[in-house]
Amino acid sequence: MSAAQQQATEGDDGYNFAYLDEQTKRMIRRCLLKAVAVPGYQVPFGGREMPLPYGWGTGGMQVTASIIGRDDTLKVIDQGADDTTNAVNIRRFFARVAEVPTTESTAEASIVQTRHRVPEDPMREDQIIVYQVPQPEPLRPLEPREIECRKMHAYKEYGLMQVSLYEDIARFGEIATSYSYPVMVGDRYLMSPTPIPKFDNPKMDDFPALQLFGAGREKRIYAIPPYTKVKSLDFDDHPFAVQQWEEDCALCGAEDTFLDEVILDDQGGKMYVCSDSHYCARRRAEGHEGKLSESAARAYAAAVGAAEEEEA
Amino acid sequence: MYVAVKGGEQAILNSHKLIAEERRGDTEVPELSLAQIKEQMQLAVDRVMTEGSLYDRDLAALAIKQAQGDLLEAIFLLRAYRTTLTRFGESEPIDTSCMAVRRRISAAYKDLPGGQVLGPSYDYTHRLLDFALAAEEGVGAPEAEAAEAGVDESIPRVTDILNHEGLIEEETALDGDAGAVADLTREPLRFPAGRDLRLQNLARGDEGFLLALGYSTQRGYGRNHPFAGEIRLGEVAVEFVPEELGFPIELGEITVTECQMINQFAGSAGRPPQFTRGYGLSFGHCERKTMAMALVDRALRARELDETVEYPAQDEEFVLYHSDNVEASGFVQHLKLPHYVDFQSELQLIRSLRRRHDEEQQEAAE
Amino acid sequence: MDTSSPLLRVRNLTHAYGNLLACSDISFELHSGEVLGIVGESGSGKTTLLNCLSARLAPTNGIVEYDLRGRGLSDIYALSEPERRLLLRTDWGVVMQNPRDGLRMDVSAGGNVGERLMAVGARHYGAIRQEAEDWLTKVEMDLGRMDDKPKHFSGGMQQRLQIARNLVTKPRLVFMDEPTGGLDVSVQARLLDLLRGLVRELRLSAIIVTHDLAVARLLADRLMVMKDGKVVETGLTDQVLDDPHHPYTQLLVSSVLQV
Repeated sequence: MSAAQQQATEGDDGYNFAYLDEQTKRMIRRCLLKAVAVPGYQVPFGGREMPLPYGWGTGGMQVTASIIGRDDTLKVIDQGADDTTNAVNIRRFFARVAEVPTTESTAEASIVQTRHRVPEDPMREDQIIVYQVPQPEPLRPLEPREIECRKMHAYKEYGLMQVSLYEDIARFGEIATSYSYPVMVGDRYLMSPTPIPKFDNPKMDDFPALQLFGAGREKRIYAIPPYTKVKSLDFDDHPFAVQQWEEDCALCGAEDTFLDEVILDDQGGKMYVCSDSHYCARRRAEGHEGKLSESAARAYAAAVGAAEEEEA
Repeated sequence: MYVAVKGGEQAILNSHKLIAEERRGDTEVPELSLAQIKEQMQLAVDRVMTEGSLYDRDLAALAIKQAQGDLLEAIFLLRAYRTTLTRFGESEPIDTSCMAVRRRISAAYKDLPGGQVLGPSYDYTHRLLDFALAAEEGVGAPEAEAAEAGVDESIPRVTDILNHEGLIEEETALDGDAGAVADLTREPLRFPAGRDLRLQNLARGDEGFLLALGYSTQRGYGRNHPFAGEIRLGEVAVEFVPEELGFPIELGEITVTECQMINQFAGSAGRPPQFTRGYGLSFGHCERKTMAMALVDRALRARELDETVEYPAQDEEFVLYHSDNVEASGFVQHLKLPHYVDFQSELQLIRSLRRRHDEEQQEAAE
Repeated sequence: MDTSSPLLRVRNLTHAYGNLLACSDISFELHSGEVLGIVGESGSGKTTLLNCLSARLAPTNGIVEYDLRGRGLSDIYALSEPERRLLLRTDWGVVMQNPRDGLRMDVSAGGNVGERLMAVGARHYGAIRQEAEDWLTKVEMDLGRMDDKPKHFSGGMQQRLQIARNLVTKPRLVFMDEPTGGLDVSVQARLLDLLRGLVRELRLSAIIVTHDLAVARLLADRLMVMKDGKVVETGLTDQVLDDPHHPYTQLLVSSVLQV
């Protein structure tokens, strides 16, 4: 890149557009192409330090920074919500260094960066979802050695992963993995879907949008191209199943979403609300109602408000 | 009707105001200047430069001030800044045998060419609190007396002296292209890692982590009988070859600390026994760090020297993956981030498991 | 004994650690259903030989060929690493002297036996469990311990579990390194009895390294006596033990109680 181009992409505060320099972005995009070409395979990449701590989304941010352009619209969620502190912080970062419009609407976003959830609203072919990944290696809990893990992937030796599921059933009567539930991508690579709840695993299968995964600390990138087969590991006689709640969302009445449990008092009072804050708000705006009374709404507001203050 | 609560953004801004206030502390007390940090907290500056891998005393001082003296946070600030800098090339390797030495000691020889130069060191201070430093008017301008004879301009390295007799292994250039030194700030760690990559990782590594690992080798977890062959502190020139000139020009000088450990023998039927090396280098004056680094470097050479790899300090993946305090600090502290969704999933699971357990107990009782 | 094509053929196998020749110029054939005992004192090179034979240590010189299903005699060190690893967990079994090296100590007994099945694609929990139960029964394990971890088992139980774990994929060839080493005499007897029964019942081919001539006498059809990395005598087990020719074998035989 010439000096003139460098100038052209430089923001006001002395940093390049979207923080990373163009060479770094190009390196990351090359890794992304490789990742898309070999779905589920972890591509090592020269991860950079980001101005956020490792473990707080630096991998996802580097991926987002490498693919974002001026005409993109960014949505950032953490735990499904747009208003959790880390989501707010990352959104603020890109608003500052890339000056792109941001949104809370899944439909309006061209890029969704997420930690721990896949949005409830369907996504489209012209969208990209970027996952923040703390630990990309699904075999790590079983095999701490990197060299051995890479061999197991290369030779498709995934018996050990199945053994860990066997152990769950032998011990608990069911597969006791509720998040980071391992999947096979395109019948070839075992992949960690990041700590999304297994509730979201089925969404990854045959997903219209491009799915990109960035692990900053571990310096790995991987991807699932649109409409790729993603299968959660299981046994024929213990098939994969997602979580179910006995209640519906207390705010919007949704019956088929991932629900957060909100503690209302210290007497065991609690309610369940959609973890996807935008989805829930939209449904309420459309007139859907949960069983929540106004007093409970106030109690919820008070409880969540208090939590926010504590975080600060 | 219920109104969604959005405290996040405001809470963050408020939090930033609070740290600004705490950082400043009591406004009756004069504000700390960068010059004060740079001049009076040099060792903190040196550590931040070394582990932040950027030689810039002013920025390191700024980072320390901004981080309220939290050195790991300051290292992180410096790293995040460093990564955005444009690279215009690679310097020539520094030559520490041409160092303007301010301190140079060897624990291997009583006397040696160039002599023992104690220089500035806390080694022989009595660790008694010096209340003179607490006095309002301060300590004034203490002055050390100059030695009668100056330090030699060029002092041979102890390892070079041993080398004349072939008693210590040669420091060999890398296999293949000697110019292609690994750089883990551009490429991810790959295993098995070469010594160049290991040394870079250790140089950036957390002093506390390396200290503990180095210590563990001394206590028997990978013992290799080290001698502090030489520790030297001083200024070395940094040279660079601009493409258009084709010969090296001096860019300036930097202060470095170097430690060469001499360790027990390697040898084989085809090769007589020789001492082996462990190497440590830091920006500024970080003596403890370079010594620990040299011990761990030697321990990590176990595979290459055909020793059994059985202890943490010898385990390349273990050491290199966990030495970086920016990575470690981030990941440990990321546990503060919300994990509502995963926790909710675990709640669901544990409840269903407990329900099953109760049912089974009941069935058994009936 | 099958006299046509051998199951395993070894030619001029040599392995050196630096200047030390651990085993030197060894050649032999093993036929299907045959049990070969390799005997000698510790340091005679028999464990190095076993590691070379079982694709876990590339020999310095020489060729090890195995009759791969559908491919015939093939040089095992010319196979790719994944092919070798597959062979080791399907058509071969390796019973280690120390069960810690051959078992997953933090995985239940059932999981240890089921691992090889799952590694080759078994995905029915009930069927895997049934098969694991069958094998645990065959090695006389208490099924009540099926979900316990082997780290809590006695040495004899661990060794029987290791055998079940290896046999579950019905391997044609099993390598055993001092399978009774470190066990009490009474436990040894039971294990030997079990092994002998399994070898006969499953018509297993096996190569057993042992310093214990009683073990060799009970299990092996044929013996190879090793000293200083060389084979000094071979022959049918009874022949070698009852009428040893080489002075070293004579010494070895006279130094143990006859069985």
